[in-house]
Amino acid sequence: MNYLLRRLATFPLVLLGVSVLVFVAIRMVPGDSITAMLGTEAGLLTPAQRDALAAYFGIDQPWFVQYWRWIGGILRGNFGISVTYGRPVLDVVLERFPLTLELAVLSMIIALAVGMPAGIYAATHSEKPSDLGVRVIAMIGQSTPSFVLGLLIIYTLSAGFGVLPAMGEFAPLWQDPLRNLSQLILPAVTLGFAFAASVTRIARSAMLDVLSDDYVRTARSKGASARSVIWRHALPNALIPVVTLSGIEFGYLLGGAVIVEQIYALPGLGRMVLDAILQRDYALVQGSVLFIAFNFMIVNLLVDLAYVALDPRIRLGEQ
Amino acid sequence: MRILRAIFGHGSGRIGGCIVAVYLLLAILGLLGLTPHNPITQYRIDRLHAPSAAYWMGTDLFGRDVASRLMAGIGQSFTVAFFSVAFATLAGTVLGLAAAWLGRRWDGVVMRIMDVLLAFPAILLALLIVTVAGPGTWTSVIAIGIVYTPIFTRVVRGPALSLKAREFVDAARTFGSSSSYIVTRHLLLNLVAPLTVQVTLALAWALLTEAGLSFLGLGTQPPAASLGLMLSDSRNLMETAPWLMIFPGLAIMISILGFNLLGDALRDVLDPKTRRAPA
Repeated sequence: MNYLLRRLATFPLVLLGVSVLVFVAIRMVPGDSITAMLGTEAGLLTPAQRDALAAYFGIDQPWFVQYWRWIGGILRGNFGISVTYGRPVLDVVLERFPLTLELAVLSMIIALAVGMPAGIYAATHSEKPSDLGVRVIAMIGQSTPSFVLGLLIIYTLSAGFGVLPAMGEFAPLWQDPLRNLSQLILPAVTLGFAFAASVTRIARSAMLDVLSDDYVRTARSKGASARSVIWRHALPNALIPVVTLSGIEFGYLLGGAVIVEQIYALPGLGRMVLDAILQRDYALVQGSVLFIAFNFMIVNLLVDLAYVALDPRIRLGEQ
Repeated sequence: MRILRAIFGHGSGRIGGCIVAVYLLLAILGLLGLTPHNPITQYRIDRLHAPSAAYWMGTDLFGRDVASRLMAGIGQSFTVAFFSVAFATLAGTVLGLAAAWLGRRWDGVVMRIMDVLLAFPAILLALLIVTVAGPGTWTSVIAIGIVYTPIFTRVVRGPALSLKAREFVDAARTFGSSSSYIVTRHLLLNLVAPLTVQVTLALAWALLTEAGLSFLGLGTQPPAASLGLMLSDSRNLMETAPWLMIFPGLAIMISILGFNLLGDALRDVLDPKTRRAPA
């Protein structure tokens, strides 16, 4: 409990750091947001109109006033207005977030559903040809970038079967679940493949470690069945590294998968941030990066708490 | 020498080492311009030529030789990967040692800054830095270097802290050794093994990130060749000219595989905890 409070106390400090960093960085991008927003039409603005627009978005003030206003606004739940969308930043971010969240959850389900059994199988068949097979596939999986796999999947589908992945207007889960799944399943497989490979490798090595421990030998020698040894005794302890790895990976996925979203033309958080950076949409970049960093920190905290739940011997914060 | 022999006695070390060696050779040839054709010459009459004796991996939309561009691209990717990892290793080691040795306030400040950097998803942080500085080779080096600095800082700080509390450091202090001597001779030398493993694995990530940035058009700029860019350009021609996608895709994948295999072998060989385990 104490640990939880202390961790939570560092959140504002880290978020403050993130806010300063992103605020300064995005302002160092050459060019201004009004020109980026209007493109060639920006040339048609009279100086007065340009000033009025700058005042409307609050970018006519010195940077420390802008920063102060921004932070003050956030504390009141106002993340500012996106120049590109002409709408509140939080609305735009929350609109994109469900897709990113769903994609992250689906990838993790795929990774765990494939990686855990594969890892346990390899560990219990250690040094046999099947173990070697699993390890080779996992190593290749871990070395395959998502964009290579994504393109390969699209190519195989279109050249081999004459079908293209479902693209076009994105259907939210609650409106059209079937269409939604058909749109997200390939991106999820693309992201889940390397993720599954990492889970396999870590599950295998954790399981191997645990299986050579004394208490497992004791359980075996008192006559426990092989199945009971694996499921009751070994697995709970082997889960800890798997939880860490999946948690961190999940946290990264919540930040959006820029490249996979790009390949499959999905309107997720990652592509939105990329576009916002390229459009110099200050408010949107700042707000979304802060949102992503916050999610990432929460996920990391949950991972730490999961340790304690899995292993009562661990007492966090006592070192 | 003993370590080299151990790596080559290790199954995945042997394969990884060979892959990395072949890539290094290709990278050097690519950087020196010793490619079958000039990577940016456009043989217009042979546009989208399938792989043949003249063009081993075919030609692209502009009639440029894919094999030559691949070699130049490997040279490019490896340059970025090596310099960015060197940057991250140097910065991370200095920061990690400073945090561990100076302790208290320094430690707090350095580690909080690293927390801030780690709270950014890697690719977004790199994207932001690249947009600020404008895309290009050296921007990618700095961006990827900054992204991986916190990881090296952590890798160094943890073991350095525990080494600092060991008797031999106390002994050195009683003998009157200076701080800089203790930090470089006693701490740093003991950190070479974990750092080597981390460097190898970081090279794999750096190659991946470089390819990702180029894929998004924010890395190496055309007409220079880069694996990510070649892959990105291949998207619209996938069905008519699949070789444009397959060769760069495989090249990226195998290079990362090589470093991952080598990193695994190094970890087994150098880490005393796993050394007893059968390879």
